[in-house]
Amino acid sequence: MQATVEPAGAMETVACPDCDLLQQIPPLNPSDRARCTRCGHILATAPRDPLDLPLALTFTAAIFLIIANTIPLMGLSVLGLTASTTILGGALEMWQTGEPITAAIVAFCAVIAPALYTVFMLAVLIAARRPPAPHWIGEMLRWALSMQPWSMIEVMMLGILVALIKIAELATVDPGIGMFAVGMLVVLFPAIMVSFDPREVWKRVEWVDGRLHPLSAVRGTPRMEQAQ
Amino acid sequence: MSATGLTAAQAGLVSCETCNLLTQPVHPERPGHCPRCGAELESRRPRSIQYTWALVIAAAICYIPANLLPVMNTTTLGTTEPDTIMGGVVFLYTSGSWPLALVVLIASVMVPIGKLIALTYLLVTVQRGVQGGTRERTRLYRMVEIIGRWSMLDVFVDTFTVALLQLKPLMSVEPGLGVLFFAAVVVLTMLAAETFDPRLIWDSGTRVEK
Repeated sequence: MQATVEPAGAMETVACPDCDLLQQIPPLNPSDRARCTRCGHILATAPRDPLDLPLALTFTAAIFLIIANTIPLMGLSVLGLTASTTILGGALEMWQTGEPITAAIVAFCAVIAPALYTVFMLAVLIAARRPPAPHWIGEMLRWALSMQPWSMIEVMMLGILVALIKIAELATVDPGIGMFAVGMLVVLFPAIMVSFDPREVWKRVEWVDGRLHPLSAVRGTPRMEQAQ
Repeated sequence: MSATGLTAAQAGLVSCETCNLLTQPVHPERPGHCPRCGAELESRRPRSIQYTWALVIAAAICYIPANLLPVMNTTTLGTTEPDTIMGGVVFLYTSGSWPLALVVLIASVMVPIGKLIALTYLLVTVQRGVQGGTRERTRLYRMVEIIGRWSMLDVFVDTFTVALLQLKPLMSVEPGLGVLFFAAVVVLTMLAAETFDPRLIWDSGTRVEK
């Protein structure tokens, strides 16, 4: 469906991040998505509750993140010998057995990046509730978004399962509470990303240069498809 | 394709990579900082082609020892056995869990190779100014971006196997040097995907179009 040029009041002109084409985003109904007409990149989404729902989800994720990192993921027993590990315990073992760089990468992707993402998102979502939001939350949102690809909870979960199946041949493995917390995080992190709309934060943020109005001097070619 | 619109670059505008704000910089060469979020503005990611090539080549070099060197050394009652990535896939297959063997094969062998081939293809077509298949190439780039992280799978498998199987003197597992090179491949290709600018795919076409 093509939206035609309308009085440019509510419409926001953007350049597609993937192909640089100028276009206007029409007002979206809840759960609409605006795609770039040229390359199909999703330019904008309109979640029903773009700040409060992600805040609730992020808060829940923070609790499960603490559980996942403090309680052992699983225990193992064979012929009276037992062992158990937490996420950081795994990285620590890697470090001590002579692979400090790999250990650091594992710790970053499994613990540090998800934790930073959660903390930055909490700060952004809490601060954005009262507009004008302070300009430093823009910086925090940038950090949160750049942590996103490096936060690999779901990859780790699959990795643990593969390791468990390998080990199950040799010993008895008991999944612990930590493992269930990781399972919750696998669901929670994508839910935060889907329910959150960064545009909502940018609308409310106080500009670095002190203004709070969008620069509407820019006009582009309006041509927009709406999908779903 | 009916789009006859201008790109931001053609219109002399710069889109902020962080907050998407469009601005008209005073000096097109030095756009400065975004007035809204303060991020540094760039019309295109700086030296995108050079950085991406460097990272892709580095990853390709690391890929060789990642597959040849053992990722784990298992010591059972005094005898040590090395395990490579392919060895791990074969172990999973022979021990009866072929779906998992397939998952590991895809994540650890096919995804890294596929990423290297895809990024090389994107770099070569951009440098040659190829105009066709822009949509498909953009889609390929997005796939590289989304799937890339899954190759970290084997690193996590090795980490938790090492962490749990410390049952001395019965059995113990130590990480091998292969896992370091493998983790390096994943990190380098992820960085390569981040430094590559997909807008370059479209640039050679738009200039001619109008």
